[in-house]
Amino acid sequence: MSISPACPAPIQQHETVQMAHGAGGRLSQALMQRVFMPHLSNAFLDQLDDQAKFDLPAGRTAFTTDTYVVSPVFFPGGNIGELAVHGTVNDLAVGGARPFYLSAGFVLEEGLPLTELETIVRSMAEAARKAGVMIVTGDTKVVGKGQCDKLFINTSGIGIVREGISVSCRNLQTGDSIILSGSVGDHGMAIMTSREGLSFQSSITSDTAALNAMIEAILDAVPSVHAMRDPTRGGVAATLNELAVSSSAGIEIREGTIPVKPDVRGACELLGIDPLHVANEGKLVLSAAAEDAAKVIEVMRSFECGRDAAVIGSVVGDHPGMVVMRTAFGSRRVIDLPLGEQLPRIC
Amino acid sequence: MCLAIPGKLIEISIENGLKMGVVDVNGSKTRACLEYVPDIQAGQYTIIHAGFALKIIDEEEAAESLKLWQEIFESGAFDHDGEIPYTVIT
Amino acid sequence: MKYIDEYRDPKLARQLLQEISRKTTRHWTIMEICGGQTHSILRNGIDQLLPAEIELVHGPGCPVCVTPLESIERALAIASQNNVIFTSFGDMLRVPGNSKDLFMVRSEGGDVRIVFSPLDALQIARDNPSKEVVFLAVGFETTAPANAMAVYQAAREGIGNFSVIVSQVLVPPAMRAILSSPDNRVQGFLAAGHVCAVMGYSEYEPIAEEFNVPIVPTGFEPVDLLAGILKTVEMLEEGKAGVVNRYGRVVSREGNPAARKIIGKVFEVTDRQWRGIGTILGSGLGLRKEFEGFDAEKKFGVIHIVATESPLCMSGSVLQGKLKPDACPAFGRECTPAHPLGATMVSSEGACAAYYNYHRNVTAL
Repeated sequence: MSISPACPAPIQQHETVQMAHGAGGRLSQALMQRVFMPHLSNAFLDQLDDQAKFDLPAGRTAFTTDTYVVSPVFFPGGNIGELAVHGTVNDLAVGGARPFYLSAGFVLEEGLPLTELETIVRSMAEAARKAGVMIVTGDTKVVGKGQCDKLFINTSGIGIVREGISVSCRNLQTGDSIILSGSVGDHGMAIMTSREGLSFQSSITSDTAALNAMIEAILDAVPSVHAMRDPTRGGVAATLNELAVSSSAGIEIREGTIPVKPDVRGACELLGIDPLHVANEGKLVLSAAAEDAAKVIEVMRSFECGRDAAVIGSVVGDHPGMVVMRTAFGSRRVIDLPLGEQLPRIC
Repeated sequence: MCLAIPGKLIEISIENGLKMGVVDVNGSKTRACLEYVPDIQAGQYTIIHAGFALKIIDEEEAAESLKLWQEIFESGAFDHDGEIPYTVIT
Repeated sequence: MKYIDEYRDPKLARQLLQEISRKTTRHWTIMEICGGQTHSILRNGIDQLLPAEIELVHGPGCPVCVTPLESIERALAIASQNNVIFTSFGDMLRVPGNSKDLFMVRSEGGDVRIVFSPLDALQIARDNPSKEVVFLAVGFETTAPANAMAVYQAAREGIGNFSVIVSQVLVPPAMRAILSSPDNRVQGFLAAGHVCAVMGYSEYEPIAEEFNVPIVPTGFEPVDLLAGILKTVEMLEEGKAGVVNRYGRVVSREGNPAARKIIGKVFEVTDRQWRGIGTILGSGLGLRKEFEGFDAEKKFGVIHIVATESPLCMSGSVLQGKLKPDACPAFGRECTPAHPLGATMVSSEGACAAYYNYHRNVTAL
């Protein structure tokens, strides 16, 4: 009779996320070394401290946070990783800030294939590099199967507001031109048409992009820009309403001036959805004095993400707090905030 | 009541014994059931409602009625230059 | 977009408007039957552009709006059950029952899914043989072919875990009800183009004759709507009654025979309750006896569920063209799209919601 000298060794090489990956032990470290560090490595993160320590240039600090829960996590034109970087970079940039550092918090669902996680982390690293920001601190937690949808990501960002720049959604002035950097509805319709059950074979791709380089160039050319917003959830309609309410100003937009890609328009018509209500992830709504509009447009159009920039309307003295569309037929209608989630309709 | 949008049939197939097709709506492609337009050919336009093609669009009739309107208007039967009558709802 | 952009041409619209103005000599009340037409009229501000003499009143043609509260309550009861995947067009998810809507059922753990086509619901049933898949089959005649095909195909394939809650309504009986009402003001109708695409328009001919009204099958784009209004005005001014088609590229007199055939196989005409209006004889479709195995209300034993409407909601009057949405005391106060009292405020083609979204405060402009 022989006695086995050792218990069977636990599996240490997994192909999917395990609860133990979030428990802080050996598997947590393995996950860091295998998936995160090869892509995100930088002088701050490599310290593996519980916090990042850094100096910031002089100026007012801008600080923002956002959580990304998109489903599906891989969508035509991108994935949740780059979205999480672009979104937070853009939230800083539209405030007139130069983004510097990001944090990244991950909530992973047990069973998520590590190859998928790695693809997402790689996209984040790539997006950060392109946008000129560093992910300097992070955290990972694992939740049981079914407790989240593959993964959620939170990113926070720190930037420094440029000297002499004062953009605010309360700054709209009568006579301003309202400028949109490109086509509306790309991201939301890419997500919707890629969901199961809607019978689409769609070509629509998300517009997810970092706007900071374009905004930097706009502010170089026109430092007196009054307001900037990125029209994400709720679409351009929600953003314009927020601007109108915050500034107690009226906004009139003109039908036919708002760029919509053909396939996005086709899908919107078919599903009965107004493209103005659909989310964007790489667009800018900007308000500037009418005499500066041509210069802003010129700068926007020199960037890929601003190629289709157009003046879509103006700030008016009438109907403060309200957004009104002048239709192609000369009539007017109120553009309201969308009510929650956009649903495909048959009637 | 009923959103029905025109699109161009680009592909015909049989699924679960039903005649199905792919319809191009301005560049977005969607699946539609073709059982109610048995004579449809690829390249024809149809209107889609709730995933079903309901009618082959009558191209001739469409072209004719547009032409007819334009002719009436171009014959100068009425004034072209007047402003759109504009009334605000109260 | 071919077959859309031509019919949104501002120049053509302007010319039609001028022609309507030229032809109009007195006040006319015209009802557009279909909620989709109401939506398009308000979205494009066509009502603002018409001569003041032309009054458009908005008809009952919104399946979401007229689906009775009872059907909603039964749907909610079924959707809440454990082994059920509940499927619906997106339109129905926010329609309020007495205390909740389908979104709230989903938040409580119900498996509620949006489908674009009833055949998508059938596919879910094929993919999930151990679950009961229920589809909320609402609609007018336009949607009846799609809903009928899902049931017909389920029977053909023997898909036993699929069933439907049917709330199918028919336009002609509702038009008769409106015209027969002692306080009716409607003098002419824009008939719903896509209903006519399926059913044709021969069934409107006896109505036009009996009630001496013009009925004009009309499309949904601004130019289509204006062409339909122009024809209706011309007939009214000339004192003519009858049916004249103004949506020729989609509508023929006989409609779609293949679609009507399947509708007739699966459904039979029944009396039906319209939310806010009441029961109209012969105004609905129900499953034929040979398809009653697919009747979710019987399968799940929810027939006993009945419901009562908010006393504040006047959607019945709105749906019959007797009351403009913003003349309702609850409009924009107790009743908004975020907190709708009745379905006309929920559906984007409901007259109340269309007024709220596009017209609210328009007088302030």
